[in-house]
Amino acid sequence: MPNRESRDNPAFRMSRRKMMKGVAAVLGALALPEKDASASVWESFFQKHFREMSKPDLEKVLDRLEKEYGKTYGKTVKVRATPHIEGVSYGYGLDLSRCIGCRRCVYACVRENNQSRDPQIHYIRVLQLDKERGVDLEHAEHYYNPSNVPEKGHFYMPVQCHQCENPPCTKVCPVQATWKERDGIVVVDYNWCIGCRYCMAACPYGARHFNWKKPGLPAAEMNPETHYLGNRPRPVGVVEKCTFCIQRVRNTPGRYPACVEVCPVGARKFGNLLDPESEIRYVIENKRVFILKEDLNTRPKFYYFYAT
Amino acid sequence: MPMKMIWGFFKGTLTLISKGSRAYYAWVSCLLVLIGIGVLAYIYQMQHGLIVTAMRDQVAWGFYISNFTFLVGVAAAAVLLVIPAYVYNWKPIKEIAVLGEMLAVSAMVMCLLFVTVDIGRPDRFWHLIPKVGILNFPQSMLAWDVVVLNIYLVLNLTIAVYILYNLYHKREPNKSFTTPLLLFSIPAAVSIHTVTAFLYNGLAARPFWNASILAPRFLASAFCSGPAFMIILFQVIRKYTRIEIRNEAIFKVAELIAYSMFINLFLLGAEVFKEYYSNTVHLAPLQYLLQGLKGHNDLVPYIWTAMIFNVSAFFLFLVPQTRENYVTLNIGCVLIFIGVYIEKGMGLVIPGQVPDVLGEIYEYAPTGIELLVTLGIWATGLFVYTLLLRVAVPILTGEFFVGDDGRTAVIVDTEFIRRADHLAEQSYRD
Repeated sequence: MPNRESRDNPAFRMSRRKMMKGVAAVLGALALPEKDASASVWESFFQKHFREMSKPDLEKVLDRLEKEYGKTYGKTVKVRATPHIEGVSYGYGLDLSRCIGCRRCVYACVRENNQSRDPQIHYIRVLQLDKERGVDLEHAEHYYNPSNVPEKGHFYMPVQCHQCENPPCTKVCPVQATWKERDGIVVVDYNWCIGCRYCMAACPYGARHFNWKKPGLPAAEMNPETHYLGNRPRPVGVVEKCTFCIQRVRNTPGRYPACVEVCPVGARKFGNLLDPESEIRYVIENKRVFILKEDLNTRPKFYYFYAT
Repeated sequence: MPMKMIWGFFKGTLTLISKGSRAYYAWVSCLLVLIGIGVLAYIYQMQHGLIVTAMRDQVAWGFYISNFTFLVGVAAAAVLLVIPAYVYNWKPIKEIAVLGEMLAVSAMVMCLLFVTVDIGRPDRFWHLIPKVGILNFPQSMLAWDVVVLNIYLVLNLTIAVYILYNLYHKREPNKSFTTPLLLFSIPAAVSIHTVTAFLYNGLAARPFWNASILAPRFLASAFCSGPAFMIILFQVIRKYTRIEIRNEAIFKVAELIAYSMFINLFLLGAEVFKEYYSNTVHLAPLQYLLQGLKGHNDLVPYIWTAMIFNVSAFFLFLVPQTRENYVTLNIGCVLIFIGVYIEKGMGLVIPGQVPDVLGEIYEYAPTGIELLVTLGIWATGLFVYTLLLRVAVPILTGEFFVGDDGRTAVIVDTEFIRRADHLAEQSYRD
């Protein structure tokens, strides 16, 4: 605090920088959720693209975000930018013969990734399908709500970001605010996204979600272990998506994403595609595997299979 | 010295736009009120987020982008009118060109505004500026669109201002400067519309848009809506100002509209045949549009209204008797403008997203806020066009020019919108 005061003290001198700052603050205040901390508004307004930041730049940004979130949520928040691990490319398996459609994954994901509770944002959409029709999206039931699952004659197909090898969403972004990382995870820089939603139009899996209003995230439920490209709190007006829990899998190699961890029937598999000993490689090599919308040549790294 | 001359011209235009008849004042204040309402609605949207629109994850583009798409067509076609003007050597080529260019400028302004109100973070617009931000060119079709739309805006503004500025100084515009630019504006007009079509066309996830017939259809329908507006405008202008536009030119434009509409309907028919006959999963969006899907049929009455309007207008413009009768001609223009507005707006943007990529049907209908913001932007476009005409028309008729000192502007036309009998009186005096 004293630091900021001393910086703001010679406020009578109307330098050009000050004026710009004022302009930026007004512009920023129109769109940003909080109107306090004018210095932080200024800094976030002119923040560079994640991949163009130098190490010290990035450190400063992470610092600022930690302070900002700490103040908003009243707890110590960690914002990391852990880089990818060499020799790792993540792959995901989903056993359709096991999934019972309980949606525990959906809500574990929401808790882990700090999604908005009001309005609700879900990275995972579980579809209820007819066994007779097979994978027929036109007849999928999105809002099934019986007292008990699974229901007779149905099977369940969870859909989330397929982390495509050839992602149509990143190609269309007019400002390169979204890209595929070296470990195959498709990420968004929430501070660079302009919210045009072209990526949402381009995604064949409905994996991208927009913050139509300021995300409603209760402080008590906020997960303070975050990643810059992952589960840190999002501002209004930007797109977000599943990142295979980047904050977990990069920080603690070998740790599972929240959805894998919570699945009560073990329908979800996760691992390194480049490791011949990994479970995901075993699944791909030994089970009947398919990918969704293969004809679009998106080459998902999300494999559906039937184990039994 | 040139700076002083430009300043004189600029000051003159400011005086000019503040003068006018009661009708002019009434029209402009009416537009200003609508703009004000639009601004208030937009501020409300800024405060609450885009949640105040009816757009959701399933239908992430709605009314704003529909209007944008339609207006790109209007902007493109206004300039394409220059081609027949040259081919058939219509008398007031210069006038037709300037009016078209200025309509393109106004439509472009509206396009840019529609995109601005649609994006979630307008405060980050600078991310699109090359070097300062990062423009994902040439990968993203949206980046292409940003580039071509801005070039097109600047190009049209340059041509129109150059011609008018020279006429104001009572000299003929230098043909070796205007002609190449005018000729360049023709492929530019085609390209803005093609790029906008490709924006949708390139998305394999959306079968309704992923049809190669989309870009040709865009051009054909644009050649209907833009000129339909121009026909009505030509009549207004020749009635209330001293610019003369011959009947022959107006009827020819109507005839060209008939041909374009035929191509548009034919291409649409080809698309409908392909989808219905092959009957794949890709039929669903078209079914949603034309028949309704699983009891969801919000768009159906609109698209059939558009179809009926377009087909009727086609016949009105095809038959010489109705084409050359001003009552039926104007009815046809209105029908086409509304018909294409529905077909190329909501009729194109919404079915691309319904059912969504996972088969869910979310029925989109714009909210009151979306309607008010849209109304405000249309008023802004008309406001811009009115002011441009307010300056251009007196220059073209020789009622606004530079005085003998080479600096001060002389304003003869202090009324702008005048009654026709008043005009007739004047022309007797000439």
